[in-house]
Amino acid sequence: MSMDYREYILDHYRNPRNYGKLEHPNVHAEDSNPLCGDQLALDLQIEGDQVTAIRFQGRGCAISQAAASMLSEMIEGKPVEEVVQLGKDDVLDALGIPISPARMKCAFLSLRVLHRSLALAGLEKPATDDDEE
Amino acid sequence: MLTSDNISMTAKGGDASTSTPTRTAADIRKDFPILSRQVHGKPLVYLDSTASSQKPSTVIEAMSTYYETTHANVHRGVYEISEEATARMEKARVKVARFINVRQSKQIIFTRNTTESINLVAYSWGNKNISAGDLIMLTEMEHHSNLIPWQLLAQRTGARLEFVPISTDGLLDLDVYEQLLRQQPKLVAFTHMSNVLGTINPVQQMTAQAHTAGATVLLDAAQSVPHMPVDVQALDVDFLCFSAHKMLGPTGIGVLYGKRGILEDMPPFMGGGEMIRKVGLRESTWNDLPWKFEAGTPAIAEAIGLGAAVDYLNELGMENVRWHEQEITTYAMTQLQAVPGLTIYGPAASERGGVISFTLGDIHPHDLASILDQEVGVAIRAGHHCAQPLVERLGLAATARASFYVYTIPEDIDVLVQGLHKALQIFNF
Repeated sequence: MSMDYREYILDHYRNPRNYGKLEHPNVHAEDSNPLCGDQLALDLQIEGDQVTAIRFQGRGCAISQAAASMLSEMIEGKPVEEVVQLGKDDVLDALGIPISPARMKCAFLSLRVLHRSLALAGLEKPATDDDEE
Repeated sequence: MLTSDNISMTAKGGDASTSTPTRTAADIRKDFPILSRQVHGKPLVYLDSTASSQKPSTVIEAMSTYYETTHANVHRGVYEISEEATARMEKARVKVARFINVRQSKQIIFTRNTTESINLVAYSWGNKNISAGDLIMLTEMEHHSNLIPWQLLAQRTGARLEFVPISTDGLLDLDVYEQLLRQQPKLVAFTHMSNVLGTINPVQQMTAQAHTAGATVLLDAAQSVPHMPVDVQALDVDFLCFSAHKMLGPTGIGVLYGKRGILEDMPPFMGGGEMIRKVGLRESTWNDLPWKFEAGTPAIAEAIGLGAAVDYLNELGMENVRWHEQEITTYAMTQLQAVPGLTIYGPAASERGGVISFTLGDIHPHDLASILDQEVGVAIRAGHHCAQPLVERLGLAATARASFYVYTIPEDIDVLVQGLHKALQIFNF
């Protein structure tokens, strides 16, 4: 399996979309990846049944930061019921390159923080640590 | 130019009549079956021996021959193959003892790895000898395995921890070390060679100073025993810990050396079979050294594999191993420094083992490691190398790390450098 770093991934890495903080988020969550020290913090503004604003801050590898940037684009302005459905396949589709097993944690860091924040907001059940299928 | 054909295992200026016969690095590589495999369609270039070394055929064969011909539980059976298995395992213990110049093989305790050796000391010696308010002295360059067991001991007992700082060039600040010794620590535990920076610490001097201050000394020798001559009598440390898998041996077995009086005074670490002398329902007495600390069926095949690894290293000669790695490290540092945007951390080649931590521009080490793997088949480590406080001390979240061993050749370094240029291209530098 060959992971190749496509131009659009490097573009999201160098010019992350929705980067920063929200002044008055109603949800904030963060997490880090102990393997490589990648960090990610996420602010969400949820109004009614819509995610009206999203900002993230983080540091880490191109895969984790580009995935966060791409994920943020999938979330902004979307109905909550769509956002809670976002899963690993959506992130992998957006990245569009094969991700080696050791790098999956990098790719899914932002997704994990997203679901943690949705759980904090009482919009979905907290994730379990069950083995993957 | 340095190549696999002219880089050899005979030390510079070494007397041919006293040193072992010259073997070129190219020749040595043939002993390691894994080095002929490919990754992503390219020949494997393995530059992660600090994490774990590869194994020569002699080690693999010693273990499979044991399973095919001699396997039985040790120290129990009165039948032939059990006696043979016991003899082979105890012979390996003697080889290990001689390898680090230990007088009595009973001072060699087989554990799972360096981590377990340190934990054994932290529980058995630590619980008995450390009390509230006592000082345990460590350094800023410790691997987590020589940090967390002491944090846990400090939590159990109320002991204090102090740390010898490092300078910007990655050396211990020995002035602060002396000052801290005045607080009379009970234990000084530090690494012989940093797994991140490669720094080789002045163990003999530090141990003498610690003993004068009344401290017991534990040395984490996980990176030194595989790569340079280590003589425990000369170093005079009280405990020394290392792992087989970093010195051409198998995973699953490590070593704790201790001074005899100290080991005899220590209570058992784990209870079970083998470690007992007489067992009652409510009370038991303990076996002699080393078995007092070896509860349960040991890693017999692994001990035999470790013995074969020691044989292999002895044949090369540890002076030669050290010399070879210095030569490779010097070559690598020169080549790497020529890569634009590359920063190397730690001391000069003369003061370090075969380990180079570096960063390349703002490319995250994990991206770098992925690119090197896919584009040129180079395996390096990326991350905090189980030494998070040290990497943070350098002001970083992660580094890339290339490390070398007896089978590393200059051509490996050249492929690494090609890969780094490729990464620069991908990241548009």
